[in-house]
Amino acid sequence: MNLRPLLASFVRVLCGVRPLPATALPARGPCVFFANHSSHLDFAVLWAALPPAWRERTRPVAGRDYWEKTALHHAVACGLFRAVLIERKKPTVACNPLTAMSAALAAGDSLIVFPEGTRGDGLAVGEFKPGLHHLARAHPAVPLVPVFLANLNRIMPKGRALPVPLIAAVHPGAPLGAVADEGKEAFLARARAALIALHPS
Amino acid sequence: MNALRDPQLLRLLGGVLAVLVISSVITRVLVARAGPAGPSPAIANLAARVRAWWVMVIVFALALLTGGTGSVVLFALMSFMALREFITLTPTRPADHLALFAAFFLVLPFQYVLVGIGWYGLFAVFVPVYAFVAIPILAAVGGDVSHYLERTAKIQWGLMVCVYFLSHVPAILMLEIPGYAGQNAKLLLFLVLVGQSSDVLQYVWGKLLGRRKVAPVLSPSKTWEGLIGGVLSASGLGAALWWATPFPWWGAALFALLITLMGFFGGLVMSAIKRDRGVKDYGALIEGHGGMMDRIDSLCFSAPVFFHLVRHFFVP
Repeated sequence: MNLRPLLASFVRVLCGVRPLPATALPARGPCVFFANHSSHLDFAVLWAALPPAWRERTRPVAGRDYWEKTALHHAVACGLFRAVLIERKKPTVACNPLTAMSAALAAGDSLIVFPEGTRGDGLAVGEFKPGLHHLARAHPAVPLVPVFLANLNRIMPKGRALPVPLIAAVHPGAPLGAVADEGKEAFLARARAALIALHPS
Repeated sequence: MNALRDPQLLRLLGGVLAVLVISSVITRVLVARAGPAGPSPAIANLAARVRAWWVMVIVFALALLTGGTGSVVLFALMSFMALREFITLTPTRPADHLALFAAFFLVLPFQYVLVGIGWYGLFAVFVPVYAFVAIPILAAVGGDVSHYLERTAKIQWGLMVCVYFLSHVPAILMLEIPGYAGQNAKLLLFLVLVGQSSDVLQYVWGKLLGRRKVAPVLSPSKTWEGLIGGVLSASGLGAALWWATPFPWWGAALFALLITLMGFFGGLVMSAIKRDRGVKDYGALIEGHGGMMDRIDSLCFSAPVFFHLVRHFFVP
Protein backbone atom coordinates (compact mmCIF):
# COMPACT_ATOMS: atom_id res chain seq x y z
CA MET A 1 0.00 0.00 0.00
CA ASN A 2 1.28 3.43 -0.88
CA LEU A 3 1.17 5.51 2.30
CA ARG A 4 2.73 8.57 0.72
CA PRO A 5 -0.44 10.46 -0.37
CA LEU A 6 -1.92 9.86 3.08
CA LEU A 7 1.28 11.02 4.74
CA ALA A 8 1.34 14.16 2.57
CA SER A 9 -2.25 15.02 3.55
CA PHE A 10 -1.46 14.43 7.22
CA VAL A 11 1.58 16.74 7.09
CA ARG A 12 -0.45 19.44 5.32
CA VAL A 13 -3.24 19.27 7.92
CA LEU A 14 -0.78 19.21 10.82
CA CYS A 15 1.05 22.30 9.58
CA GLY A 16 -1.85 24.08 7.87
CA VAL A 17 0.03 24.13 4.56
CA ARG A 18 -1.86 24.66 1.32
CA PRO A 19 -0.82 22.59 -1.74
CA LEU A 20 1.31 24.49 -4.24
CA PRO A 21 -0.23 25.02 -7.68
CA ALA A 22 1.83 23.52 -10.52
CA THR A 23 2.13 27.06 -11.97
CA ALA A 24 4.32 28.08 -9.01
CA LEU A 25 6.99 25.59 -10.12
CA PRO A 26 9.16 25.18 -13.25
CA ALA A 27 7.38 23.65 -16.27
CA ARG A 28 9.04 20.29 -15.69
CA GLY A 29 11.59 18.55 -13.52
CA PRO A 30 14.09 17.63 -12.46
CA CYS A 31 15.13 20.63 -10.42
CA VAL A 32 16.81 21.35 -7.10
CA PHE A 33 14.67 22.98 -4.41
CA PHE A 34 16.80 24.74 -1.81
CA ALA A 35 15.20 25.98 1.40
CA ASN A 36 15.90 27.50 4.80
CA HIS A 37 16.22 24.95 7.60
CA SER A 38 14.95 25.31 11.17
CA SER A 39 12.89 22.20 11.89
CA HIS A 40 12.72 18.46 11.35
CA LEU A 41 9.42 19.11 9.61
CA ASP A 42 11.02 21.25 6.86
CA PHE A 43 11.60 18.59 4.24
CA ALA A 44 8.30 16.84 4.98
CA VAL A 45 6.34 20.08 4.61
CA LEU A 46 8.03 21.13 1.35
CA TRP A 47 7.53 17.62 -0.01
CA ALA A 48 3.87 17.47 1.10
CA ALA A 49 3.07 20.85 -0.47
CA LEU A 50 4.28 19.77 -3.94
CA PRO A 51 1.69 18.71 -6.55
CA PRO A 52 1.30 14.87 -6.52
CA ALA A 53 3.25 14.28 -9.76
CA TRP A 54 6.17 16.38 -8.45
CA ARG A 55 6.00 14.72 -5.04
CA GLU A 56 6.50 11.26 -6.50
CA ARG A 57 9.68 12.43 -8.24
CA THR A 58 11.22 14.57 -5.49
CA ARG A 59 13.72 13.27 -2.93
CA PRO A 60 15.02 15.11 0.15
CA VAL A 61 18.78 15.14 0.68
CA ALA A 62 19.63 14.37 4.32
CA GLY A 63 22.62 13.71 6.56
CA ARG A 64 23.54 10.04 6.80
CA ASP A 65 24.89 10.49 10.35
CA TYR A 66 21.46 11.56 11.65
CA TRP A 67 19.11 9.41 9.60
CA GLU A 68 20.95 6.14 10.13
CA LYS A 69 20.94 6.46 13.93
CA THR A 70 18.24 3.82 14.36
CA ALA A 71 16.32 1.42 12.12
CA LEU A 72 13.25 3.63 12.53
CA HIS A 73 15.11 6.77 11.41
CA HIS A 74 16.34 4.85 8.40
CA ALA A 75 12.91 3.44 7.53
CA VAL A 76 11.32 6.91 7.67
CA ALA A 77 14.05 8.57 5.62
CA CYS A 78 14.56 5.90 2.98
CA GLY A 79 11.30 3.97 3.01
CA LEU A 80 8.78 6.79 3.22
CA PHE A 81 10.59 9.80 1.78
CA ARG A 82 13.11 8.03 -0.49
CA ALA A 83 15.76 10.33 0.94
CA VAL A 84 19.20 10.64 -0.65
CA LEU A 85 21.50 10.15 2.33
CA ILE A 86 24.85 11.92 2.14
CA GLU A 87 27.99 12.11 4.25
CA ARG A 88 28.07 15.45 6.10
CA LYS A 89 31.03 15.06 8.45
CA LYS A 90 33.93 13.58 6.46
CA PRO A 91 33.20 13.34 2.76
CA THR A 92 35.78 11.29 0.89
CA VAL A 93 36.14 10.35 -2.75
CA ALA A 94 34.40 7.06 -2.00
CA CYS A 95 31.38 8.75 -0.43
CA ASN A 96 31.25 12.08 -2.25
CA PRO A 97 27.82 13.66 -1.54
CA LEU A 98 27.74 14.96 -5.12
CA THR A 99 27.79 11.44 -6.60
CA ALA A 100 24.55 10.36 -4.92
CA MET A 101 22.79 13.64 -5.76
CA SER A 102 23.95 13.51 -9.39
CA ALA A 103 22.67 9.96 -9.73
CA ALA A 104 19.21 11.01 -8.48
CA LEU A 105 19.08 13.99 -10.87
CA ALA A 106 20.25 11.80 -13.76
CA ALA A 107 17.39 9.39 -12.98
CA GLY A 108 14.97 12.30 -13.41
CA ASP A 109 14.27 12.93 -9.71
CA SER A 110 14.23 16.42 -8.19
CA LEU A 111 16.04 17.14 -4.93
CA ILE A 112 15.27 19.08 -1.76
CA VAL A 113 18.44 20.48 -0.18
CA PHE A 114 19.11 22.69 2.83
CA PRO A 115 22.28 24.61 1.98
CA GLU A 116 22.72 25.87 5.56
CA GLY A 117 23.79 22.28 6.28
CA THR A 118 22.03 22.12 9.64
CA ARG A 119 18.97 23.49 11.40
CA GLY A 120 19.21 27.11 12.56
CA ASP A 121 17.12 28.94 15.16
CA GLY A 122 14.74 30.09 12.42
CA LEU A 123 15.23 33.78 13.27
CA ALA A 124 17.78 34.29 10.47
CA VAL A 125 18.93 32.27 7.46
CA GLY A 126 22.47 31.03 8.10
CA GLU A 127 25.44 31.13 5.72
CA PHE A 128 25.30 28.56 2.91
CA LYS A 129 27.73 25.63 2.73
CA PRO A 130 29.57 25.23 -0.59
CA GLY A 131 27.65 22.07 -1.56
CA LEU A 132 25.02 24.03 -3.49
CA HIS A 133 27.76 25.58 -5.62
CA HIS A 134 29.26 22.19 -6.44
CA LEU A 135 25.80 20.93 -7.37
CA ALA A 136 25.08 23.95 -9.58
CA ARG A 137 28.44 23.61 -11.36
CA ALA A 138 27.91 19.90 -11.98
CA HIS A 139 24.38 20.40 -13.35
CA PRO A 140 24.18 23.79 -15.07
CA ALA A 141 20.93 22.84 -16.89
CA VAL A 142 19.01 21.90 -13.73
CA PRO A 143 16.99 24.87 -12.34
CA LEU A 144 17.76 25.86 -8.74
CA VAL A 145 14.49 26.90 -7.11
CA PRO A 146 14.60 28.83 -3.79
CA VAL A 147 11.76 27.90 -1.42
CA PHE A 148 11.18 29.89 1.77
CA LEU A 149 9.58 27.91 4.59
CA ALA A 150 7.78 30.18 7.04
CA ASN A 151 6.83 29.47 10.66
CA LEU A 152 8.25 25.95 10.89
CA ASN A 153 10.74 27.11 13.51
CA ARG A 154 7.68 28.03 15.59
CA ILE A 155 5.86 24.74 14.98
CA MET A 156 8.72 22.45 15.95
CA PRO A 157 11.96 24.31 16.66
CA LYS A 158 15.31 22.63 17.04
CA GLY A 159 15.56 20.69 20.27
CA ARG A 160 11.79 20.44 20.89
CA ALA A 161 9.83 17.23 20.58
CA LEU A 162 6.35 18.74 21.01
CA PRO A 163 4.78 20.55 18.05
CA VAL A 164 2.71 23.73 18.35
CA PRO A 165 0.05 23.64 15.62
CA LEU A 166 0.61 26.99 13.90
CA ILE A 167 0.08 27.61 10.19
CA ALA A 168 3.20 27.11 8.07
CA ALA A 169 3.67 28.50 4.58
CA VAL A 170 5.73 27.39 1.59
CA HIS A 171 6.86 30.22 -0.70
CA PRO A 172 8.66 29.06 -3.89
CA GLY A 173 10.53 31.65 -5.96
CA ALA A 174 11.78 31.93 -9.52
CA PRO A 175 14.76 29.67 -10.41
CA LEU A 176 18.20 31.23 -9.95
CA GLY A 177 19.94 32.34 -13.12
CA ALA A 178 22.60 29.92 -14.39
CA VAL A 179 25.77 29.78 -12.36
CA ALA A 180 28.22 32.14 -14.04
CA ASP A 181 31.92 32.72 -13.52
CA GLU A 182 31.03 34.63 -10.38
CA GLY A 183 33.00 32.42 -8.02
CA LYS A 184 31.80 30.32 -5.13
CA GLU A 185 31.30 33.06 -2.54
CA ALA A 186 29.37 35.34 -4.89
CA PHE A 187 27.14 32.50 -6.08
CA LEU A 188 26.32 31.36 -2.55
CA ALA A 189 25.56 34.94 -1.52
CA ARG A 190 23.26 35.34 -4.53
CA ALA A 191 21.43 32.11 -3.77
CA ARG A 192 21.02 33.07 -0.11
CA ALA A 193 19.75 36.54 -1.03
CA ALA A 194 17.20 35.00 -3.42
CA LEU A 195 15.91 32.80 -0.59
CA ILE A 196 15.75 35.62 1.97
CA ALA A 197 13.91 37.83 -0.55
CA LEU A 198 11.00 35.35 -0.38
CA HIS A 199 10.46 36.07 3.34
CA PRO A 200 6.78 37.01 3.52
CA SER A 201 7.02 40.12 5.74
CA MET B 1 -32.42 15.19 24.95
CA ASN B 2 -33.43 14.14 21.48
CA ALA B 3 -33.07 17.23 19.35
CA LEU B 4 -34.71 15.53 16.37
CA ARG B 5 -38.00 15.35 18.29
CA ASP B 6 -38.18 19.11 18.92
CA PRO B 7 -40.39 20.52 16.13
CA GLN B 8 -39.36 24.11 16.92
CA LEU B 9 -35.67 23.30 16.42
CA LEU B 10 -36.43 21.54 13.14
CA ARG B 11 -38.53 24.55 12.05
CA LEU B 12 -35.60 26.90 12.77
CA LEU B 13 -33.19 24.71 10.82
CA GLY B 14 -35.74 24.38 8.00
CA GLY B 15 -35.95 28.18 7.85
CA VAL B 16 -32.16 28.44 7.54
CA LEU B 17 -32.24 25.83 4.78
CA ALA B 18 -34.94 27.79 2.91
CA VAL B 19 -32.87 30.99 3.11
CA LEU B 20 -29.84 29.10 1.77
CA VAL B 21 -31.82 27.66 -1.15
CA ILE B 22 -33.14 31.14 -2.04
CA SER B 23 -29.60 32.61 -1.79
CA SER B 24 -28.25 29.87 -4.05
CA VAL B 25 -30.97 30.54 -6.64
CA ILE B 26 -30.31 34.30 -6.55
CA THR B 27 -26.54 33.86 -6.98
CA ARG B 28 -27.14 31.36 -9.82
CA VAL B 29 -29.29 33.97 -11.58
CA LEU B 30 -26.68 36.69 -11.00
CA VAL B 31 -23.89 34.46 -12.33
CA ALA B 32 -26.00 33.42 -15.36
CA ARG B 33 -26.87 37.08 -16.12
CA ALA B 34 -23.17 37.99 -16.14
CA GLY B 35 -22.84 36.23 -19.52
CA PRO B 36 -19.80 34.60 -21.10
CA ALA B 37 -17.36 37.19 -19.71
CA GLY B 38 -17.93 35.67 -16.27
CA PRO B 39 -19.26 37.30 -13.13
CA SER B 40 -17.72 40.39 -11.54
CA PRO B 41 -15.38 39.79 -8.57
CA ALA B 42 -18.15 40.88 -6.17
CA ILE B 43 -20.58 38.29 -7.58
CA ALA B 44 -17.92 35.57 -7.68
CA ASN B 45 -17.15 36.32 -4.03
CA LEU B 46 -20.88 36.19 -3.22
CA ALA B 47 -21.18 32.78 -4.90
CA ALA B 48 -18.14 31.50 -2.97
CA ARG B 49 -19.62 32.80 0.28
CA VAL B 50 -22.95 31.07 -0.36
CA ARG B 51 -21.16 27.79 -1.18
CA ALA B 52 -19.19 28.06 2.06
CA TRP B 53 -22.40 28.82 3.98
CA TRP B 54 -23.85 25.50 2.80
CA VAL B 55 -20.90 23.63 4.30
CA MET B 56 -20.96 25.64 7.53
CA VAL B 57 -24.73 25.24 7.99
CA ILE B 58 -24.66 21.49 7.33
CA VAL B 59 -21.77 20.92 9.75
CA PHE B 60 -23.37 23.14 12.40
CA ALA B 61 -26.83 21.57 12.01
CA LEU B 62 -25.42 18.04 12.29
CA ALA B 63 -23.49 19.00 15.42
CA LEU B 64 -26.58 20.61 16.97
CA LEU B 65 -28.77 17.60 16.20
CA THR B 66 -26.38 15.21 17.99
CA GLY B 67 -27.22 17.04 21.19
CA GLY B 68 -24.52 18.34 23.54
CA THR B 69 -21.39 16.42 22.59
CA GLY B 70 -21.39 17.30 18.88
CA SER B 71 -21.75 21.02 19.60
CA VAL B 72 -18.99 21.00 22.23
CA VAL B 73 -16.61 19.14 19.89
CA LEU B 74 -17.45 21.44 16.95
CA PHE B 75 -16.78 24.61 18.94
CA ALA B 76 -13.61 23.11 20.39
CA LEU B 77 -12.37 22.53 16.83
CA MET B 78 -13.39 26.07 15.85
CA SER B 79 -11.47 27.44 18.85
CA PHE B 80 -8.47 25.37 17.82
CA MET B 81 -8.48 26.76 14.28
CA ALA B 82 -9.11 30.33 15.45
CA LEU B 83 -6.30 30.17 18.03
CA ARG B 84 -4.02 28.69 15.39
CA GLU B 85 -4.73 31.64 13.08
CA PHE B 86 -4.38 34.16 15.91
CA ILE B 87 -1.04 32.87 17.23
CA THR B 88 0.35 32.46 13.70
CA LEU B 89 -0.16 36.21 13.19
CA THR B 90 1.34 36.99 16.58
CA PRO B 91 5.11 37.27 16.84
CA THR B 92 6.21 34.76 19.48
CA ARG B 93 9.73 33.60 20.31
CA PRO B 94 11.25 30.14 20.78
CA ALA B 95 11.04 30.57 24.58
CA ASP B 96 7.24 30.64 24.30
CA HIS B 97 7.11 27.12 22.90
CA LEU B 98 6.00 25.42 26.13
CA ALA B 99 3.41 28.11 26.90
CA LEU B 100 1.97 27.75 23.41
CA PHE B 101 1.90 23.98 23.64
CA ALA B 102 -0.03 24.28 26.92
CA ALA B 103 -2.45 26.79 25.39
CA PHE B 104 -3.31 24.49 22.48
CA PHE B 105 -3.21 21.06 24.06
CA LEU B 106 -4.07 21.59 27.74
CA VAL B 107 -6.04 24.81 28.24
CA LEU B 108 -8.21 24.57 25.12
CA PRO B 109 -9.37 20.93 25.51
CA PHE B 110 -9.85 21.31 29.27
CA GLN B 111 -12.05 24.39 28.87
CA TYR B 112 -14.33 22.43 26.54
CA VAL B 113 -14.32 19.38 28.84
CA LEU B 114 -15.66 21.74 31.53
CA VAL B 115 -18.39 22.85 29.11
CA GLY B 116 -19.15 19.23 28.26
CA ILE B 117 -19.54 18.11 31.90
CA GLY B 118 -21.35 21.34 32.79
CA TRP B 119 -19.05 22.45 35.65
CA TYR B 120 -20.01 26.11 35.57
CA GLY B 121 -17.90 27.27 38.53
CA LEU B 122 -14.59 26.15 37.05
CA PHE B 123 -15.63 26.94 33.46
CA ALA B 124 -16.10 30.60 34.41
CA VAL B 125 -12.67 31.01 36.05
CA PHE B 126 -10.40 28.39 34.49
CA VAL B 127 -8.91 30.57 31.73
CA PRO B 128 -8.90 33.97 33.50
CA VAL B 129 -7.43 32.53 36.73
CA TYR B 130 -5.57 29.27 36.23
CA ALA B 131 -4.46 29.58 32.60
CA PHE B 132 -3.48 33.23 33.14
CA VAL B 133 -1.31 32.19 36.07
CA ALA B 134 0.25 29.23 34.27
CA ILE B 135 0.98 30.80 30.86
CA PRO B 136 3.22 33.67 32.13
CA ILE B 137 5.06 31.19 34.37
CA LEU B 138 5.77 28.86 31.44
CA ALA B 139 6.86 31.82 29.29
CA ALA B 140 9.13 33.13 32.07
CA VAL B 141 10.69 29.71 32.59
CA GLY B 142 11.69 29.92 28.92
CA GLY B 143 14.18 32.58 30.07
CA ASP B 144 13.83 35.09 27.20
CA VAL B 145 12.95 38.58 28.47
CA SER B 146 12.80 40.39 25.13
CA HIS B 147 9.24 41.76 24.67
CA TYR B 148 8.16 39.43 27.48
CA LEU B 149 5.07 41.40 28.51
CA GLU B 150 3.89 41.86 24.90
CA ARG B 151 4.39 38.19 24.02
CA THR B 152 2.61 36.93 27.11
CA ALA B 153 -0.22 39.44 26.76
CA LYS B 154 -0.79 38.35 23.17
CA ILE B 155 -0.91 34.65 24.01
CA GLN B 156 -3.33 35.36 26.86
CA TRP B 157 -5.51 37.55 24.66
CA GLY B 158 -5.60 34.85 21.99
CA LEU B 159 -6.77 32.36 24.62
CA MET B 160 -9.34 34.80 25.92
CA VAL B 161 -10.94 35.55 22.53
CA CYS B 162 -10.49 32.27 20.65
CA VAL B 163 -11.08 29.82 23.51
CA TYR B 164 -12.72 31.45 26.54
CA PHE B 165 -15.15 33.75 24.73
CA LEU B 166 -16.08 31.21 22.05
CA SER B 167 -16.62 28.42 24.60
CA HIS B 168 -19.60 30.45 25.89
CA VAL B 169 -21.55 29.44 22.77
CA PRO B 170 -21.83 25.69 23.62
CA ALA B 171 -21.94 26.67 27.32
CA ILE B 172 -25.49 27.86 26.63
CA LEU B 173 -26.40 24.16 26.70
CA MET B 174 -25.63 24.02 30.45
CA LEU B 175 -27.98 26.85 31.46
CA GLU B 176 -30.84 25.55 33.58
CA ILE B 177 -33.75 27.78 32.59
CA PRO B 178 -37.05 26.89 34.30
CA GLY B 179 -39.63 25.61 31.82
CA TYR B 180 -37.01 25.34 29.05
CA ALA B 181 -35.26 22.10 30.06
CA GLY B 182 -33.84 20.09 27.16
CA GLN B 183 -34.49 22.92 24.70
CA ASN B 184 -31.23 24.88 25.04
CA ALA B 185 -30.08 23.89 21.54
CA LYS B 186 -32.64 26.40 20.24
CA LEU B 187 -31.14 29.16 22.38
CA LEU B 188 -27.68 28.32 21.01
CA LEU B 189 -29.12 28.45 17.51
CA PHE B 190 -30.81 31.78 18.31
CA LEU B 191 -27.45 33.34 19.27
CA VAL B 192 -25.62 31.98 16.21
CA LEU B 193 -28.50 32.70 13.83
CA VAL B 194 -29.00 36.31 14.93
CA GLY B 195 -25.24 36.98 15.08
CA GLN B 196 -24.43 35.51 11.67
CA SER B 197 -27.56 37.05 10.06
CA SER B 198 -26.46 40.39 11.41
CA ASP B 199 -23.08 39.96 9.67
CA VAL B 200 -24.77 38.93 6.42
CA LEU B 201 -27.46 41.65 6.59
CA GLN B 202 -24.85 44.34 7.35
CA TYR B 203 -22.98 43.15 4.26
CA VAL B 204 -26.16 43.15 2.11
CA TRP B 205 -27.40 46.57 3.32
CA GLY B 206 -23.89 47.95 2.92
CA LYS B 207 -23.64 46.68 -0.67
CA LEU B 208 -27.11 48.05 -1.52
CA LEU B 209 -27.07 51.45 0.20
CA GLY B 210 -23.63 51.90 1.77
CA ARG B 211 -22.25 55.45 1.41
CA ARG B 212 -20.81 56.78 4.66
CA LYS B 213 -17.95 54.79 6.19
CA VAL B 214 -18.35 54.09 9.89
CA ALA B 215 -14.73 53.14 10.66
CA PRO B 216 -12.59 53.99 7.61
CA VAL B 217 -9.30 53.12 9.31
CA LEU B 218 -10.34 49.85 10.95
CA SER B 219 -12.69 48.34 8.43
CA PRO B 220 -13.15 50.29 5.18
CA SER B 221 -16.04 48.10 3.99
CA LYS B 222 -18.30 48.87 6.96
CA THR B 223 -20.81 51.69 6.42
CA TRP B 224 -23.40 53.45 8.59
CA GLU B 225 -26.13 52.31 6.21
CA GLY B 226 -24.97 48.70 6.46
CA LEU B 227 -24.63 48.91 10.24
CA ILE B 228 -28.06 50.46 10.91
CA GLY B 229 -29.86 48.33 8.31
CA GLY B 230 -28.15 45.14 9.51
CA VAL B 231 -28.65 45.78 13.22
CA LEU B 232 -32.33 46.71 12.81
CA SER B 233 -33.20 43.83 10.47
CA ALA B 234 -31.28 41.22 12.52
CA SER B 235 -32.96 42.52 15.71
CA GLY B 236 -36.31 42.21 13.92
CA LEU B 237 -35.39 38.66 12.97
CA GLY B 238 -34.52 37.93 16.61
CA ALA B 239 -37.87 39.31 17.79
CA ALA B 240 -39.66 37.19 15.17
CA LEU B 241 -37.96 34.08 16.59
CA TRP B 242 -39.13 34.72 20.19
CA TRP B 243 -41.25 31.54 20.11
CA ALA B 244 -38.09 29.42 20.07
CA THR B 245 -36.57 31.18 23.11
CA PRO B 246 -37.49 31.42 26.81
CA PHE B 247 -37.96 35.21 26.33
CA PRO B 248 -41.05 37.34 25.63
CA TRP B 249 -40.96 38.95 22.16
CA TRP B 250 -39.49 42.22 23.42
CA GLY B 251 -36.88 40.29 25.39
CA ALA B 252 -35.88 38.41 22.25
CA ALA B 253 -35.65 41.76 20.42
CA LEU B 254 -33.43 43.28 23.14
CA PHE B 255 -31.17 40.22 23.25
CA ALA B 256 -30.94 40.25 19.45
CA LEU B 257 -29.99 43.95 19.56
CA LEU B 258 -27.32 43.13 22.14
CA ILE B 259 -25.99 40.24 20.00
CA THR B 260 -25.80 42.38 16.84
CA LEU B 261 -24.11 45.33 18.57
CA MET B 262 -21.57 43.17 20.42
CA GLY B 263 -20.97 41.32 17.16
CA PHE B 264 -20.35 44.55 15.27
CA PHE B 265 -17.84 45.76 17.86
CA GLY B 266 -16.24 42.31 17.97
CA GLY B 267 -15.67 42.50 14.23
CA LEU B 268 -14.19 45.97 14.69
CA VAL B 269 -11.78 44.83 17.43
CA MET B 270 -10.58 41.82 15.45
CA SER B 271 -10.14 44.08 12.39
CA ALA B 272 -7.98 46.42 14.46
CA ILE B 273 -5.69 43.49 15.28
CA LYS B 274 -5.53 42.49 11.59
CA ARG B 275 -4.63 46.08 10.53
CA ASP B 276 -2.02 46.20 13.28
CA ARG B 277 -0.43 43.04 11.87
CA GLY B 278 -0.82 44.28 8.27
CA VAL B 279 -3.11 41.53 6.95
CA LYS B 280 -6.60 41.51 5.44
CA ASP B 281 -7.79 38.10 6.62
CA TYR B 282 -6.79 35.78 9.46
CA GLY B 283 -6.47 32.86 7.06
CA ALA B 284 -7.86 31.21 3.93
CA LEU B 285 -9.75 28.32 5.50
CA ILE B 286 -13.26 29.22 4.33
CA GLU B 287 -13.61 30.17 0.67
CA GLY B 288 -14.80 33.77 0.20
CA HIS B 289 -14.85 34.45 3.94
CA GLY B 290 -11.16 34.32 4.91
CA GLY B 291 -10.14 32.35 7.97
CA MET B 292 -12.09 30.88 10.87
CA MET B 293 -11.44 34.02 12.94
CA ASP B 294 -12.91 36.23 10.20
CA ARG B 295 -16.17 34.27 10.38
CA ILE B 296 -16.53 34.02 14.17
CA ASP B 297 -15.15 37.37 15.36
CA SER B 298 -18.68 38.68 16.00
CA LEU B 299 -19.69 35.50 17.84
CA CYS B 300 -16.66 35.67 20.14
CA PHE B 301 -17.76 39.00 21.56
CA SER B 302 -21.52 38.45 21.67
CA ALA B 303 -21.45 34.94 23.23
CA PRO B 304 -20.06 35.71 26.72
CA VAL B 305 -22.26 38.78 27.23
CA PHE B 306 -25.35 36.95 25.97
CA PHE B 307 -24.55 33.93 28.16
CA HIS B 308 -24.13 35.90 31.35
CA LEU B 309 -27.13 38.17 30.84
CA VAL B 310 -29.38 35.18 30.10
CA ARG B 311 -27.96 33.45 33.17
CA HIS B 312 -28.51 36.56 35.31
CA PHE B 313 -32.11 37.17 34.26
CA PHE B 314 -33.44 33.68 33.49
CA VAL B 315 -31.57 31.19 35.69
CA PRO B 316 -32.71 31.31 39.31
